[in-house]
Amino acid sequence: MLSIHNLHAGIEGKKILNGIDLEVKPGEVHAIMGPNGSGKSTLANVLAGRADYEVSHGTAEFQGKNLLELSPEKRAGEGLFLAFQYPVEIPGLNTINFIKTAVNEIRKYRGQDPLDAVAFLKLMKEKMALMNIEQSLLARSLNEGFSGGEKKRNEVFQMAMLEPKLAILDETDSGLDIDAIRIVSNGVNKLRNKENAVLVVTHYQRLLDYIVPDFVHVLYNGRIVKSGSKELARELEERGYDFIKHETSEVETV
Amino acid sequence: MNTIEYFKERFDQWQPANGHNGFSAIRQEAFNAFSKLGIPTTKNEEWKYTRVAGLFNQEYQFPPDSLTASVTAIELDGLRLPGHEQANELVFVNGFFSFPLSVIRSADLTVLSLEDAAKNGFSELVEKQFGDSSKYIKDGIHALNTAFVHGGIFIHIKKGLVVEHPVYIYNITDARSANILAQPRSLIHINEHAHVQLVETYITLGPNQSFTNQVMEVTVEQDARLEYYKIQNDGAHTNQVSTTHIRQTGKSYVHTVTISLNGGLIRNNLNLVLDAKYCESHLYGLYFQTGQSHIDNHTVVDNIKPNCLSNELYKGIMNDQSTAVFNGKIFVRPQAQKTNAYQSNKNVLLSDTTSVNTKPQLEIFADDVKCTHGCTVGKLNEDGLFYLQSRGISEKTARMLLLRAYASDIMEHIKPASIRTYVERLIVDRLESDIS
Ligand SMILES: Nc1ncnc2c1ncn2[C@@H]1O[C@H](COP(=O)(O)OP(=O)(O)OP(=O)(O)O)[C@@H](O)[C@H]1O
Ligand SMILES: [Mg+2]
Repeated sequence: MLSIHNLHAGIEGKKILNGIDLEVKPGEVHAIMGPNGSGKSTLANVLAGRADYEVSHGTAEFQGKNLLELSPEKRAGEGLFLAFQYPVEIPGLNTINFIKTAVNEIRKYRGQDPLDAVAFLKLMKEKMALMNIEQSLLARSLNEGFSGGEKKRNEVFQMAMLEPKLAILDETDSGLDIDAIRIVSNGVNKLRNKENAVLVVTHYQRLLDYIVPDFVHVLYNGRIVKSGSKELARELEERGYDFIKHETSEVETV
Repeated sequence: MNTIEYFKERFDQWQPANGHNGFSAIRQEAFNAFSKLGIPTTKNEEWKYTRVAGLFNQEYQFPPDSLTASVTAIELDGLRLPGHEQANELVFVNGFFSFPLSVIRSADLTVLSLEDAAKNGFSELVEKQFGDSSKYIKDGIHALNTAFVHGGIFIHIKKGLVVEHPVYIYNITDARSANILAQPRSLIHINEHAHVQLVETYITLGPNQSFTNQVMEVTVEQDARLEYYKIQNDGAHTNQVSTTHIRQTGKSYVHTVTISLNGGLIRNNLNLVLDAKYCESHLYGLYFQTGQSHIDNHTVVDNIKPNCLSNELYKGIMNDQSTAVFNGKIFVRPQAQKTNAYQSNKNVLLSDTTSVNTKPQLEIFADDVKCTHGCTVGKLNEDGLFYLQSRGISEKTARMLLLRAYASDIMEHIKPASIRTYVERLIVDRLESDIS
């Protein structure tokens, strides 16, 4: 579904990603962990098509298409979704209108008719129940004045509405209270099937107790320096990143 | 062409059909001021960025002949604003008020010619309030309007009258056969406990140049309420200097929204004189400029008495080679303790070739006051754009959504629903054609 080869990217001359290789197949859950500043969000943003980042090397294919050539909106149309680490506040843009526009633009991209008001409302109610989100929140301007947790929940709600093939969740768990993590994880799990995949960026084992990964990768200095099963996450939780940093520096000095 | 001589010739010759009716002395005084001041050049600090003198390099039919002004009721039908079926409609053609074209639906609304008002029962009000704006605006353009005052109106809203139908004011310039200089003039008195909504718009017919040099003076008494909406959406060959001068003489509420979407050169002077305790004034503005258009908003909030509140927010969207000026003066006189005055001007630039000159000007002579001001000039929020695009929304639609969101905190202050919907439609149409 997603294959990334030797991806290098940076911003304003600063190198951030230094050769990423990653293969995600339908039905899989991959977790990406790694210390602050290692490039996790950069990877997520490059995949979603943020233009500020320059890709200097490498390829990324999504369902057989060259992802790097597509505009962000086309990537979304193809089924990619990024839940932002820092969702953007847009005063004056009503959240429901925004989501309705998004749903219908994606339907248009896929050659489907737009949802009418009734069908949209039905879909919205269903997903609101799934994500335990209140209509009063969605009646407000997009993310404006939302608490940290409300913003994250709104991200996952949008994901539920757009039903992506590949969802990238960038630290969606940070800022969520204990109940919210469970609700959001259950929501994500309910949307999972053998056709779609999830890439979760997280610092904590807690989320991975709910959304159980098939693979865990450690990103460090813009490179995946270690990959393993879900056990790797537990090991990191116990030992921290030091042993990995140690291993990599040893590798580098050899 | 020597502008002063040009107008002197006309001033000396011109005898309106029904004489000058009591305004002769005022006219003469204003003409003397005009002769002394001339048309302001960019050397005048108040006109530094607005080249109004250039508009006098061409001839206008002036004074326009009030009798040949030839707009028919059928033509007017095509120009009316939405909601007109429920509105009082006041029509000026080439600067002269037209009683036959106007429709007054509110029985108690008094609309008289200025000359009649000065003769019949309102002479004291007219004498006291006519020309109040010249205490604040001392330039030749303003004097020019007064020097040729004729065909203006007096609107009287009597004590306690809540005018249930909004008052639409159409300033129509018939430039189908010549360049026209039009100088509408009005004086409005809103008595105690009276409420009124004014909606004003400007329409030029024909391809020739039009220049509207307008002065409106309003007095708002104790517990009265005024909402004033100015909609400027005329062609690129139309220019205007539009002065709206409002004096609040009792604790009262004034709410103004100035929407400038199109035009050649526009200068708006908006003065709020807070001449009583506990006045509340809101000044909102939205300008969306393209091509070579130029918009200049000069506002004055003069706090004379204590405990007043004023809140000002002007927002701009600038495209192509358009230019904008914002100058916001706030005066707090020594007596005006506990003044709260807020001011903000924000600008979004859609191209690299536009320019904005924004200047807050606060002169505060009292010590117990709260005044804030701020201005921003920047590009459309790139983070927001990416966020929307990442949800499958095309770049064009995303830009439109962001700009509509940006405009929304001005739009929400347009209270008459049919006017708000109308202005929203104008903005969406403009975004459709301007954003690629
Ligand atoms: N727009 C930018 N301008 C300059 N530097 C940037 C920019 N975006 C990212 N960086 C830098 O790139 C590096 C990687 O940042 P990134 O946000 O990808 O880290 P991360 O792994 O997501 O960290 P965290 O766990 O703290 O979220 C950091 O050093 C960051 O400062
Ligand atoms: Mg990050």
